[in-house]
Amino acid sequence: MSSASRPGHHSEVTLRVNGKPHTLRVDHRRVLLDLLREDLDLTGSKKGCDHGQCGACTVLVDGRRLNSCLLLAVTLDGSEVTTVEGLGGDGDEPHPLQRAFLDRDAFQCGYCTPGQLCSAVGMLAEAAAGHLSHVTDPAAPAEGPVPLDRREIRERMSANLCRCGAYPRIVEAIEDVI
Amino acid sequence: MTGFGYLRPGSVQEAVEAYAAHPGARYLAGGTNLVDLLKLGVERPALLIDIGRLPLDGVEELPDGSLRVGATVRNSDLAADPRVRERWPALSQALLAGASAQLRNAATTGGNLLQRTRCPYFQDLGKPCNKREPGSGCGAREGVHRDHAVLGHSELCIATNPSDMAVALAALDAQVELYGTDGARRLPVADFHRLPGEHPERDTWIRPGELITGVLLPAATAGVPSAYRKARDRASYAFALASVAVVLRVADGVVDQVGVAFGGLAHRPWRARHTELALLGAPATPAAFEGAVDLELAHAEPLRDNAYKVFLAHNLALDVLNRLAPAPAPA
Ligand SMILES: Cc1cc2nc3c(=O)[nH]c(=O)nc-3n(C[C@H](O)[C@H](O)[C@H](O)COP(=O)(O)OP(=O)(O)OC[C@H]3O[C@@H](n4cnc5c(N)ncnc54)[C@H](O)[C@@H]3O)c2cc1C
Ligand code: SF4
Ligand code: FES
Ligand code: FES
Repeated sequence: MSSASRPGHHSEVTLRVNGKPHTLRVDHRRVLLDLLREDLDLTGSKKGCDHGQCGACTVLVDGRRLNSCLLLAVTLDGSEVTTVEGLGGDGDEPHPLQRAFLDRDAFQCGYCTPGQLCSAVGMLAEAAAGHLSHVTDPAAPAEGPVPLDRREIRERMSANLCRCGAYPRIVEAIEDVI
Repeated sequence: MTGFGYLRPGSVQEAVEAYAAHPGARYLAGGTNLVDLLKLGVERPALLIDIGRLPLDGVEELPDGSLRVGATVRNSDLAADPRVRERWPALSQALLAGASAQLRNAATTGGNLLQRTRCPYFQDLGKPCNKREPGSGCGAREGVHRDHAVLGHSELCIATNPSDMAVALAALDAQVELYGTDGARRLPVADFHRLPGEHPERDTWIRPGELITGVLLPAATAGVPSAYRKARDRASYAFALASVAVVLRVADGVVDQVGVAFGGLAHRPWRARHTELALLGAPATPAAFEGAVDLELAHAEPLRDNAYKVFLAHNLALDVLNRLAPAPAPA
């Protein structure tokens, strides 16, 4: 293969993060999590496992919750990313879910919390859009929002591990905003 | 991770031509398996061909009552599709039993079918593995193999296929649509994955550079009762130790359509043909189910530490068969 025909190892991408546009030249190996933390200094999103297993890196991309450790940044050209830093929008007020986490003391060390928050925001949208889960009765009506009880919340949040074991309060905090 | 080039073709044709020009490239879909393997150094392609934005993200009803699912439809969207939930419920259930919400939001139909084994030796460059490096030996055979195969394994490899979705598709008689520079073809999902045999490095019958363009859910299984059940180490977010998908129609107390496939037991979704043959035309009774399931599992060759899987699979299959069979009419 001549070097002329071999595509390079870097590309330019433009993405919006928490409403602000950014254009960066990225190494194709760059995952979104590292781009956020190292290139944009948005260190809210955390690296737990780096392999899709812990949920600490969960962010919203075009409104859907995803593991940012498994997303190559180069694939995200034109996407809208929301991290824990952007959940509250422009104002100084925290997102109601952030407020509920504070009120319920739904964390200890806090390492998993940004991922829990982004995941829960995505989860609420999924249930509102009628997405069922492994524990939803398969005979439930095919349209309309799925009601969330504790069992549903636990199943839907199962990919956000909390090593401090704050799960009961995390579930309560989420229940508060339903 | 070694550096790689990146291309985003605008069409299926451009994608397969890009591969033809760069053999050894990899197609990138949701990336939930491939990016993981890049990080582990198991995959070291010179080029990624991003197919994530190709127009393969539709789910379309065909005039004959079948449903065509595009290769880049996300697992979460497919599980939620009302047509799938209603007519091929085992597929929706299998998808929802797999991975996590975050992963399903990224994972695609095509990528799910081609995900690699979770054998820990395969993922560890410091260990021997015939699948990753042919001829290096199999670390699992005499090593840690509680999660490994009990059916159809070979001297060279005892890995299992990790997909939940593929098990449901196999039982539902789904077909996988492939496209390459030689044209388009279709294969039954039940025959798409290979047994390891002499070539464990090859997971499926796909040809180099072929692209999965979609999956076809046939009219013949639409609306037929079906279900999926999975046993795992945790209540959620873990791969199957064993699983089963069953499609069952009973008329006048007699089985007149049946598909059974096991997951977690073999290098491919294991279509239980012996069970199916024994059941077709037989009375839909617990005793008939048990006899038929045992006919299949009699072929199991468990390893030192995984004989439990045979019992687990037996109980899962009986539970689902009995649940799907209508209660006998009162005498
Ligand atoms: C922590 C964790 C837990 C998981 N648990 C489960 C589980 O319980 N059950 C389960 O079933 N799965 C599970 N998975 C696996 C997950 O389902 C797969 O990673 C996913 O389905 C792969 O899809 P993808 O689109 O991300 O594929 P990619 O990672 O993009 O691709 C996978 C492979 O397929 C090839 N490919 C992709 N699309 C095509 C195409 N259209 N044509 C040709 N080649 C293609 C790629 O080149 C690559 O080799 C888990 C994954 C993780 C990380
Ligand atoms: S079971 Fe297969 S994948 Fe696992 S180490 Fe042996 S050869 Fe490799
Ligand atoms: S860091 Fe991404 S899932 Fe653990
Ligand atoms: S609060 Fe410490 S890991 Fe969750």
